[in-house]
Amino acid sequence: MNAWIVWPVVVPLAAATLSVLAGQRMARVIIGSATVAIVGALAGLTLQVWQNGPQRHVIGGWEPPLGIQLYADGLSVVMLWMSTVVGALIGVYALGYFAHDSGTTGTAATGEHGDNSELFWPLWLFLWAALHALFLSADIFNLYVTLELLGLAGVALVNLAGGQLALVAGMRYLLASLLGSLAYFLGVAFLYATCGVLDVRMLSTRVSAHPAVWLAIAVMTLGLLLKTALFPLHFWLPPAHANAPAPVSALLSALVVKASFYLLLRLWFQVFSVVLPPVAGQVLGILGVLAILWGSVLALRQQRLKLLVAYSTVAQIGYLFVLFPLAGGTAWGAAAWSGGTFHALAHACAKAAMFMAAGTMMAALGHDHLHELAGMGQRLPLSMFAFALAGVSLMGLPPSGGFVAKWLLLDAALASGQWWWGAVLIVGGLLAAGYVFLVLRQAFAPLPADVRYRPVPRVMELAALSLALLAFLLGLMAIPPLTLLQIGAPFVGGLGTEALP
Amino acid sequence: MNAAVLYTLMGVGLFSIGLHGFLAQPHLLRKVLALNIMGSGVFAVLMATAWRGPQLPPDPVPHALVLTGIVVAVSATAFALALLRRIHTATGRASLPEDTAA
Repeated sequence: MNAWIVWPVVVPLAAATLSVLAGQRMARVIIGSATVAIVGALAGLTLQVWQNGPQRHVIGGWEPPLGIQLYADGLSVVMLWMSTVVGALIGVYALGYFAHDSGTTGTAATGEHGDNSELFWPLWLFLWAALHALFLSADIFNLYVTLELLGLAGVALVNLAGGQLALVAGMRYLLASLLGSLAYFLGVAFLYATCGVLDVRMLSTRVSAHPAVWLAIAVMTLGLLLKTALFPLHFWLPPAHANAPAPVSALLSALVVKASFYLLLRLWFQVFSVVLPPVAGQVLGILGVLAILWGSVLALRQQRLKLLVAYSTVAQIGYLFVLFPLAGGTAWGAAAWSGGTFHALAHACAKAAMFMAAGTMMAALGHDHLHELAGMGQRLPLSMFAFALAGVSLMGLPPSGGFVAKWLLLDAALASGQWWWGAVLIVGGLLAAGYVFLVLRQAFAPLPADVRYRPVPRVMELAALSLALLAFLLGLMAIPPLTLLQIGAPFVGGLGTEALP
Repeated sequence: MNAAVLYTLMGVGLFSIGLHGFLAQPHLLRKVLALNIMGSGVFAVLMATAWRGPQLPPDPVPHALVLTGIVVAVSATAFALALLRRIHTATGRASLPEDTAA
């Protein structure tokens, strides 16, 4: 068995279909075995990439361009681990979340989550399959198909909450998502018309400064920025992420926005790098800075906890784009590349933990109004601890994953003589501290006597805490993922790790 | 100007008309239709690229892409229409709140 690469896609796809057909009780067995199988296959694939470098697989022996080719390098493997570990822990959390939901709301008043929570499991598996297919696809058309699959699964998950707010937020998300993918698709058509190939690596040798290529770069980048919700195209994200059920908010904020970011990374550094002038990266960097400032300021002004966390995502997405102006030169490119992708990893763990902790508080209180969180520090100490630990990673304090990511980006900023990007990283960290402490101050206020409170399953608190601990300790185990990231990376030479303290 | 360039320009034109409709029309059904027009524009561009001259057979790859693209577009449209119906049932409106206010 040497084709480990196909299983991270095939297993969740098969499990999703099976879990629709099988009953509720079988669904748990299917989900559990699927998760184990994915982890096993991913371990096999990681070993192959580690020992032999990037892996290719032609599905069914049909050669491209008509067949489909899968490709895995260090970046794909790191992203797959991110989606597998974070996705699995969100699944564990969801077990408790939906059990709590149906157990306490009864049959008459199904609450805001509606009665279709059993649909969560197949949709979650479909989302997983789409994510994994995206991280493993090697041609720009398959990437389009996986983007659409991801968008449709994501919108369906938002709508699980029922309710008017969730339906409207889901529709806005769907329209933004479809518009983004269509813009990307137009770019695919132009690239095929001028270059005659779809494979990412073959494209990189054939793109030239042709007007159609410029048009392709413009529409693909705009479409993906809309899907990644980079300022000023972030309008759809906060309502969609805040009104979804908590496990869905975690999935969307932690993993789904990273997919279109990953695609941008691939396109900009592995396809268009020969034609793009440095000023293009500067533009993305400036948008990233505006996202950090605008997202943080709006997070500080929110009255609802889940909206605060969602605006924090808008801000954290900004950091990912600081990578683009810094990865211009080869000497410091490796540090910027590692820092940006490591930030994606650290943010995935921290933000999922935050949304899960917020969801636990909401399940206990029945609302998430920021000014009525008093006493949560006493009632749900584990959840508040998880929230605070995740906050430490968002602020970028050692030894968290966020610290390592910012350190690497700062190193690249100083090495390239562009210190101002580093200044933004520090200001952003202070703003993050502001909105995290805003929540902690409320939660550690004395417990009011008259507040009604529903006990929540322990598994919800433990799942959030595991992810928060992972985000917090990621800095101590940074070397294996950073080494993996270098396999097949566009930056040869320096590991980017020598800058670490 | 040969036929392929003409078809490509027509495709871009369709995409632009669809984009205008998508941004300008508040009714959700019109937005969904506008997205479909944009998709047809992309399909037209792809079909134009299949042309390889009068003597040669057309390139099959763009045809495969368009067929797959149609499947994706049909599924996305069906999903959007179902969601639109649920919004209409729940709120009595067929537009997003920010467009209704404007």
